[in-house]
Amino acid sequence: MLNLDEMNQMQLDVLKELGNIGAGNATTALSKILDAKVDMKVPKVEMVGFSEITNIIADEETIMTGILLLLEGDVNGMMMFLLDMPSSRKLVNSMLLRDAESDDPTDFDDMELSALNEVGNIITGAYLSALSDLTRLTIVSSVPSLRIDMAASLLSIPAIEFGKVADKVLLIDTEFDDLSAIKGYFVLVPDLESYEVMLKSLGL
Amino acid sequence: MGEIIKVGMADLKVCKAPDGLTTLGLGSCIGVVIYDPSSGVCGMLHCMLPDSKAIKNNENIYKFADTGMDELLRLVLAKGAARSKLVAKMAGGAQMFSFGSAPTDFNNIGARNAEAVAAKLKEFNIRLLARETGGNKGRTIIFDPATYMLTIKAVGVPVHEI
Repeated sequence: MLNLDEMNQMQLDVLKELGNIGAGNATTALSKILDAKVDMKVPKVEMVGFSEITNIIADEETIMTGILLLLEGDVNGMMMFLLDMPSSRKLVNSMLLRDAESDDPTDFDDMELSALNEVGNIITGAYLSALSDLTRLTIVSSVPSLRIDMAASLLSIPAIEFGKVADKVLLIDTEFDDLSAIKGYFVLVPDLESYEVMLKSLGL
Repeated sequence: MGEIIKVGMADLKVCKAPDGLTTLGLGSCIGVVIYDPSSGVCGMLHCMLPDSKAIKNNENIYKFADTGMDELLRLVLAKGAARSKLVAKMAGGAQMFSFGSAPTDFNNIGARNAEAVAAKLKEFNIRLLARETGGNKGRTIIFDPATYMLTIKAVGVPVHEI
């Protein structure tokens, strides 16, 4: 099995490129929904301890929208799309043509939450289909599940899953750049065997 | 309260009053505190998984309810807690996301974590004075050894104590 501590630069670069292509496609989809320019930063491939993963995106108690998908097929694991609350409001307003202002989590009604979930579905779908096209691997995702809560509590879910096989979490994360209208993050956490499968599919 | 010591994920800390303990944004993990009111010694564990024996990679003993609880007990005793006076409180174990199609061991991990910690307390003969587990919300917990209260903060719920 892939040894986390012995990954070489080439492997890391390839994983970064996978993140780049996935998030690139997702960003295009998001731009269309918002009808605004959205760009992303260079993805990071990081190996983090459990104590760090809970605040890798934001402070532990920052309230965010988390949309989680379980991945199956050739690639197993999880993908999470995180959005801060102002961006969540902005996206819901774009989808439903509303002009509500409050980004308090309790002020999102069922229809707005369902719209947010649908945005998550479209964006993560764009990410995963790009990944699947490039690697020629089958990636089947579950229906998305949405939760608005503290960042640490959301990220504990992929951490627990990875905790079953390792004491660190290897993740590919990408965020939108500072000029974008949206503050959001993609976190792809394939299981260890799937990392190997992905690398092999690209000839490594 | 003196200093409030932060306990991370898969982590454990022990201290003595007036210092307190906190862990931020618990999801399906459990935050459990055991303390001895006579000496003010207290310890908090933030564990992620119920059973170290079910898993191959188990070097980090704080990750699991079973090995983490053993270590928690050992360390509060080493810090001077009286074994017979120890009591406990716990919170966490939420089910943050649910998937109809997911294997049940994904969907009920929070509940299994809570039961594993409760079972260890029973084995140690330590009384569980209060617990708030389950639900679908993340929790921040803060333990104050001056009042022995565990403060719980969750999104959309008033701050409360158990």
